[in-house]
Amino acid sequence: MQTFIDAYSPVNILFLLKGLLVTIEISVISLVISFILGSVLGIIRYSKIPYFSKFIGLIIDIVRNLPLLLIIFFTYFGLPAFGFKPDTIPAAILAISVFESMMIAEIIRSGINAVDIGQMEASRANGMTFIQAMWHVVLPQAYKKMIPALVSQFISLIKDTSLATIIVVPELMQHGQVVYGQDPNFIVPIFVAMAVMYFVVCYALSLLSKVIDRRMA
Amino acid sequence: MKFKKYLLLISTLFLALILLSGCGQKPLSKQNILDNDKESKTITWGVKADTKLIGLIDVKDGEDKGFEIDLAKAITKKMLGKDAKAKFVTVTSQSRIPLLKNGNIDAIIATMTITPDREKVLDFSDSYFDAGQSILVKDGSDVKKVSDLNGKTVIGVVGSNSVQNVQKYAPDAKVLQLPDYAQAMTALKSGQGDALTTDNVILAGMAVQNPGYVVQGKPFTVEPYGIGINKGQDDFKQAINKALEEVIKDGEYNKLIKKWFGDVPGFNYKEVLRYD
Amino acid sequence: MIKLFVDNWSQFLTGFGWTLLSSVLALFFSLILGSFFAILEVIPNKFARIVGNVYVEIFRNIPLLVITMFFYLVIPMYVVKINGFAAGTIGLTIYTSAFIAETVRAGINSVDVGQMEASRSNGMTYVQAMRYIVLPQAFKYVIPPLGNQFVNLVKNSSVLAFVAGFDLMYQGNSIASTTFETVNTYFVVAIFYLIITLPISYYMQHLERKIV
Repeated sequence: MQTFIDAYSPVNILFLLKGLLVTIEISVISLVISFILGSVLGIIRYSKIPYFSKFIGLIIDIVRNLPLLLIIFFTYFGLPAFGFKPDTIPAAILAISVFESMMIAEIIRSGINAVDIGQMEASRANGMTFIQAMWHVVLPQAYKKMIPALVSQFISLIKDTSLATIIVVPELMQHGQVVYGQDPNFIVPIFVAMAVMYFVVCYALSLLSKVIDRRMA
Repeated sequence: MKFKKYLLLISTLFLALILLSGCGQKPLSKQNILDNDKESKTITWGVKADTKLIGLIDVKDGEDKGFEIDLAKAITKKMLGKDAKAKFVTVTSQSRIPLLKNGNIDAIIATMTITPDREKVLDFSDSYFDAGQSILVKDGSDVKKVSDLNGKTVIGVVGSNSVQNVQKYAPDAKVLQLPDYAQAMTALKSGQGDALTTDNVILAGMAVQNPGYVVQGKPFTVEPYGIGINKGQDDFKQAINKALEEVIKDGEYNKLIKKWFGDVPGFNYKEVLRYD
Repeated sequence: MIKLFVDNWSQFLTGFGWTLLSSVLALFFSLILGSFFAILEVIPNKFARIVGNVYVEIFRNIPLLVITMFFYLVIPMYVVKINGFAAGTIGLTIYTSAFIAETVRAGINSVDVGQMEASRSNGMTYVQAMRYIVLPQAFKYVIPPLGNQFVNLVKNSSVLAFVAGFDLMYQGNSIASTTFETVNTYFVVAIFYLIITLPISYYMQHLERKIV
């Protein structure tokens, strides 16, 4: 019991919370970027523009079938060859955004597919453009269908930020490792604290989505 | 159909932009790092953050603290003047060389031994510290020297040359490589290996943090640490060597040695003091 | 890049083998564990449902890395000695089982309630009806999502690199830090991952289309 009390000293808890803040920061930014980029890519893939949609589709399939850890390495170690040298936090945001965009693009595409194709045709026949039909008729229905899949992807995104510890991003996992690295006796209390912090953030998101789901229904 | 054409146009522009931005930058080999740093009055150092006494994050204020940190600050001031700033980027043994080659950092001061293999891809300053590889074991372990590791499991860190050395001295040892020293030490405590091997100064720091663990026997290699610099940056290298020499000459070096290693059990700081 | 592969092919292939082994083992055990908790979530017993729910919610909301590191560092300290490969595979199994439980539960729920009622009124016990009538149909429905779970599993198995699990990513890190050819090494690693994940992923897309 004493080790728990020692491990949860204000200094250590504050340090973990600072890590949590970075985790949340990375998550929120990546979530917004990947939702927008993922939607655009998903629509492009759905709209079957000659060659271009196929090309985007190929990129989506390659990236989403690779481990995120590799995407992080490519971003942090590979991008500077093209003249762009991100620090650890931007590198993590970029890698996670790209990876999650591809995952979300797939969700969006299958969501649009699930909306009856007749809806699109009817809207077009009524004089709407492709964009209007997409925006006013198809997407609202598609998003409603996709909410569970999107939310679990967003939860994965938050959890996946922990992998950024490999390039020493000062997020929750990394800060936890620092604390128990300096006193291995704290390892159990620190793991418990990390697990609880991640759980609270992820679970809060899933509760929020349930509220939204009920509102929309 | 209009929409599709529009999309095509946008995306072509986007792709072109990405390609162009890649060409705009001057390649690293054409830049003079010393001039860049003089202009910005800043040197960006790649440092350790998981190694007690050398470079360790302080949980209280989030600052990196240790011998190499202080030495880097001293060298920076000698090179660029009193108001110059040393910027620190945390590296691991795995990430330090790619980050240097990519130009994220100007120099590596992170317990990196000068080895012929590494000299193929980067340059080193003169050595600033003489370490030696050793092993850390649980007190009372039957591993007394490096050859006892044959048939045992030994823990090291990805990207450190200790991992390759130990295979020379104990060819039948099973080696596990972990991402950083904090994980390696915790893994040793969890019983994932019989010993942890790396340089004696790093191990000394671990022994301080973890009562019940001891550095076993004399070092079995010589590991001169050097500051890693990109190839073709001769001006920068000479300036670092000159600054390092001054730091040693005016006694600041010895002061730092005493400050960090003065009372570390099992580590004789007098052996690494430098007089000219 | 080709030279890099030729020089280090045995290390890459070793890693490929461990990654494959870990993924297959984790898939097998997480299917069993996942189905078990899915059934707990649907049987008409309040206590069982709570146990199932709590298990799923806990492991769906904690990062795999935290679970894996816990098994690598904490369990050996206090319970039983397990190596990095085992710790990683156990972590993967537990993490994935929570997702599989969700998938299987959705599958069971999608089987018409009438099927269960009809089986019960024909004299089958609850277990029999579940075993012979409901589960086989549910599994047919969940094969595409399960395939996607397997793809995720293969990708997630890269956390073994954090615990010296000898997998593809671990070998990649080791090769990259001895050859200093960082990006090229990870390209080769990427190709190896795609060899496993791309075909499965395309096949599942094909299956999904057939079902829809």
